[in-house]
Amino acid sequence: MKFNDLIEEVYNAITVNKVRSGLTMLGIVIGIASVIAMVAIGQGTQATVQANIQSLGANLLMVMPGAARSFGTSVSAGFGSAETLTPDDATALAALPNVAAVAPEISGRYQAVYGSENTNTTVMGTVPAYLQVRNVQVDQGSFFTATDVTNSNRVAVIGPNVLSELFATPTNASPTPDMAIGKNILIKGNIFTVIGVTVAKGGSGFASQDNNIYVPLTAAQHYLVGSMGYVSEIDIEVQAEQAMSTVEQAATSLLLERHGISDPTQADFNIVNQADIVSAVSATTGTFTTLLASIAAISLLVGGIGIMNMMLTTVTERTREIGLRKAIGAKERDITLQFLGESLALTFSGGVLGVLLGWGIALGMAYFASTATQVSLGSVILAFGVSALIGIAFGYYPARRAAKMNPIEALRYE
Amino acid sequence: MEKIIDCRNITKSYANGSVEPTQVLKGITFSVARGEFVAIMGPSGSGKSTLMHILGALDTPTSGDYFLDGKNVAGLSEDELADVRMEKIGFVFQSFNLLPRTTVLRNVALPLIYAGISKEQRVKIAEKALRDSAFPEAAWQYHSNQISGGMMQRVAIARSLVNDPAMILADEPTGNLDSKTGDVVLHTFQALNADHGKTIVLITHEQYVAEHADRIIHILDGNIVKDEKNPHKLVARNEKNIAP
Repeated sequence: MKFNDLIEEVYNAITVNKVRSGLTMLGIVIGIASVIAMVAIGQGTQATVQANIQSLGANLLMVMPGAARSFGTSVSAGFGSAETLTPDDATALAALPNVAAVAPEISGRYQAVYGSENTNTTVMGTVPAYLQVRNVQVDQGSFFTATDVTNSNRVAVIGPNVLSELFATPTNASPTPDMAIGKNILIKGNIFTVIGVTVAKGGSGFASQDNNIYVPLTAAQHYLVGSMGYVSEIDIEVQAEQAMSTVEQAATSLLLERHGISDPTQADFNIVNQADIVSAVSATTGTFTTLLASIAAISLLVGGIGIMNMMLTTVTERTREIGLRKAIGAKERDITLQFLGESLALTFSGGVLGVLLGWGIALGMAYFASTATQVSLGSVILAFGVSALIGIAFGYYPARRAAKMNPIEALRYE
Repeated sequence: MEKIIDCRNITKSYANGSVEPTQVLKGITFSVARGEFVAIMGPSGSGKSTLMHILGALDTPTSGDYFLDGKNVAGLSEDELADVRMEKIGFVFQSFNLLPRTTVLRNVALPLIYAGISKEQRVKIAEKALRDSAFPEAAWQYHSNQISGGMMQRVAIARSLVNDPAMILADEPTGNLDSKTGDVVLHTFQALNADHGKTIVLITHEQYVAEHADRIIHILDGNIVKDEKNPHKLVARNEKNIAP
């Protein structure tokens, strides 16, 4: 039997019973489509989360103070509560090789007031390098300068959420930045002049930078914290990703030395590597993707069993045809190939339709539900491979059963 | 004269769980020459179906030799038997056994697929076979389930011709047909035998059908009880007005 004749016989057999072939194929279509769509959603979410973390600043090391320990006791006052990091530490860290920029920060939640509006939000005292380190952009106006920091000038740059909280009026719910620039606001009772508004970055919850008010580091220490001695975090931007761990080690030993600590386990600070956060989050979303994909894989398996069921029914139903084919010269191999070909054709075309449908669902999700999706070539190839494998695995048994039939009994079958 | 079928002391037994296997054929010896039209007759249970399966290379004898067109078929493997069937035998069954929802032309060309013949050749050969079995050209593209029983059996006859077999083996070919349509089918066989020199072996239990052959072999209880030239051969009438 020639290959193209085999194809023709297979095509004929499938189209003779279009409804049943179609329904059987549907099982595979749904299975493959759900695998593709689920993996696309999982991977899209993963990519979004990673991009969000990256948008906080590239190649970022965050130095946090450790837990405060009173001398001679082991009572911990909690992570980040120690006042052990100083502005001088930041200056020293900036001198390390491979460091692009360093931004010391001191932050706290304070009441901000403009006219009759007020809000309680995060006020961040920092330096101009913060813009670069934390990837913040100014929409209108300008950020404060090094001179403002030196002179402890009471100027403020506000996030877009703060803008709408403080400057909204009954007639205008979405104020523009120029309505705020030049105005004076009160932060913890001190007058600060608004000189700029940052670009909205999105994000949600406490961590959103859109809720922040930025003021010069020294002004925050002087007017808000009341102490010039410590900072609450130092952010380091490393020049290249490959240098991250080198800089992390260098920063650790520098700070240990500066703080006079010989045992690294007693360090009064922590360095958080952004890459660690990304990989932790990736692991979580990866698990999520696997979970979705395995649920989808179950439906694919059910589709495969559907194929086997139909093939077994077909073989029984076509017993006399098999008998005839054998009588007119078909060998076992010819019969095996024909029935295997039929199940493969069903799963393969089901696979093609499933990939298209899954892709469509992924695009639809991205368009209508604004869920980020990402169809990867890998999942398409995997889906194809699995559907072909299902065709062979679930088609082989019925095909062998057909091929092994005794032609005499098959011809007599009623 | 050249022997197409040469059976020498063929026996066939089936083990059925009991101590003694059941012997269905008890030593059959006969031969058929090229161009003969032979009917094998016997009541049900006489062993004629078993003999037909052996003659058709669907089964092998327990003992004895069966030469088909000079080749000993006894003791061949399944695949070798398939080759013998493909090259030397054209089957016509009682229940037609056409592929459903498939055109007449495709049905007739089906055996050629397994012989590895190209599509254009297949169509040519199938068209010739349909003409030889007097099948109306208008119905060539009909599906097999759209035509009458008599027409179906002529499609089956045409299908048995395409591989240019050494013999046509017909198993109760008129069993599912009324007498008028049965006559048309018998006429087709007689025409193929007389005009095209085809060797035909017809298995039947009906005296009337057997009497259309040149020679009648009677089988009873696994033995040949009578093998003689048909003294009064009937000529089948060909009713032209058979609906497609």
